[in-house]
Amino acid sequence: MMPGSAPSPRWAAAAGRWGCRLLPLLWGLLLLSGPSGASEITFELPDNAKQCFYEDITQGTKCTLEFQVITGGHYDVDCRLEDPDGQVLYKEMKKQYDSFTFTASRNGTYKFCFSNEFSTFTHKTVYFDFQVGEDPPLFPSENRVSALTQMESACVSIHEALKSVIDYQTHFRLREAQGRSRAEDLNTRVAYWSVGEALILLVVSIGQVFLLKSFFSDKRTTTTRVGS
Amino acid sequence: MAGVGVKRLQAMVWFALLVLTVCAAGAHGLYFHIGETEKRCFIEEIPDETMVIGNYRTQMWDKQKEVFLPSTPGLGMHVEVKDPDGKVVLSRQYGSEGRFTFTSHTPGDHQICLHSNSTRMALFAGGKLRVHLDIQVGEHANNYPEIAAKDKLTELQLRARQLLDQVEQIQKEQDYQRYREERFRLTSESTNQRVLWWSIAQTVILILTGIWQMRHLKSFFEAKKLV
Repeated sequence: MMPGSAPSPRWAAAAGRWGCRLLPLLWGLLLLSGPSGASEITFELPDNAKQCFYEDITQGTKCTLEFQVITGGHYDVDCRLEDPDGQVLYKEMKKQYDSFTFTASRNGTYKFCFSNEFSTFTHKTVYFDFQVGEDPPLFPSENRVSALTQMESACVSIHEALKSVIDYQTHFRLREAQGRSRAEDLNTRVAYWSVGEALILLVVSIGQVFLLKSFFSDKRTTTTRVGS
Repeated sequence: MAGVGVKRLQAMVWFALLVLTVCAAGAHGLYFHIGETEKRCFIEEIPDETMVIGNYRTQMWDKQKEVFLPSTPGLGMHVEVKDPDGKVVLSRQYGSEGRFTFTSHTPGDHQICLHSNSTRMALFAGGKLRVHLDIQVGEHANNYPEIAAKDKLTELQLRARQLLDQVEQIQKEQDYQRYREERFRLTSESTNQRVLWWSIAQTVILILTGIWQMRHLKSFFEAKKLV
C-alpha cells in the first residue's frame, strides 16, 4: 500500500471506468442512429406535382411505409416504392391510406414517390411514416450480458404498448384533421352560397317584373301604330 | 497500475472512435432533392409545450462529375418556422449542415420551411441539392444516454423515465385532441346555424318579393287600364 500514489490511480481508474462504460454507449447509439429509426413527415403536394424521398437501406432490414392523405380534393394520392434496381415493390393509384411492410432484399437507395399528377387544381397534404429497422435500443447490445430482469422486461413491454398507443393516436388525429377540414370547407361554402343565392333571388325577381312591364309597353305602341 | 494504464488507453481509443464516428456519421436517413430557389415546407401538427428538433445535411450536385459532393462548405439553408397563427417562431440561416430546435407555445399546425440561399448556387445553373432531413418531435427528441449520464440514472430508472416521457406525450396529445374536437364542434354548430338562418331568410325574401311583384304589376296594369 503506497499512500502517496493512492489518489491518482483512483482518479485514473474512475476515468477509465467512466470511459469504458459511457463512451461505447454514446458510440453505439451514434452508429445505430444511422440506418434505423423512423421518419414521420407531413408535406404539401401541389397539383400536378410529384415528390420523391430516398433512403439508404442495408440488406435484411424490415421496413414499413405508411401514408395518409389529410386534406385536398378526394383525399387520394398515387404512391410508388422502388428498390435500388428500379423494380417496383409497391404501386397504388388514388389511395387514401395504406401501410406496406417489406424486407430489403439488397443494399442500396430505396425510393418512394407520391404523385398528384392526376389532379388539376387541388393540392393535397400527405403524411407518411417510414420505419426502417427497429428503434435504436436504449443501451447498446454489448452491455447486455445477462438476460433482462422481470422489471426490465415489463418496462420493455409497456414501452411497446405505449408506442402503439402513440401510433393509433397519430392516425386518429389525422382522421380528425380530415373531418375537420371537410367541415370547415362546408362552413365557408354555405356562407358564400347563401349570400349568393339571396342576391340572385332579388336580381331575378326584380328583373322579371321589369321584363314583363317591357312586354306590355311594346305591345301598346305597336297596336296604336297599326290603328292609325 | 498497469490495469489503470490499460483502462486509460481504452478510454482514449473509444474517444477517438467516437470523434471519428461523429465526423463520418452523416446518414441522417431520409433525403430528398430540391432545386436552387425551391422552398420545401413540412407541417408538424403538435400540442403545445412540445419540443421539436430538426437535423439536416445538404450535399450539392456536381455537374461535371455527376455525383453528389460529400460536403460543400459555404452552402446555406434558411429555416423558417411559423406557428398556427402565422407568426414566425424561428427564422435563421444555417450552414450546409445544421440543427434547429423550437418549442411550440400554441397547439396546432406548425410549418417548417427550408430553402437554400441561391447566391453561391447561381454559378451552378440547374443545380440541385440533396437534403438529408430528420425531424424529431416530443419524446423522440430526447437523448436518453445523455440524460442517463447527466442525472446518473440506472438502467431501470432510465427505462422508467422513458415511459414517463411517453405517457406525458400521450396526455398532451389527448388534451390537444380535446381542444381540436371543440373547434370541430364549433364549426359544425356554426354551419348548422348558418343553414338555419339562411333558409328562414330565403323564405322571407321569397315571400316579400312575391308580394312586391304582385302589387307592382297590379298597379302597372291598373295604370295601363288592362285590369
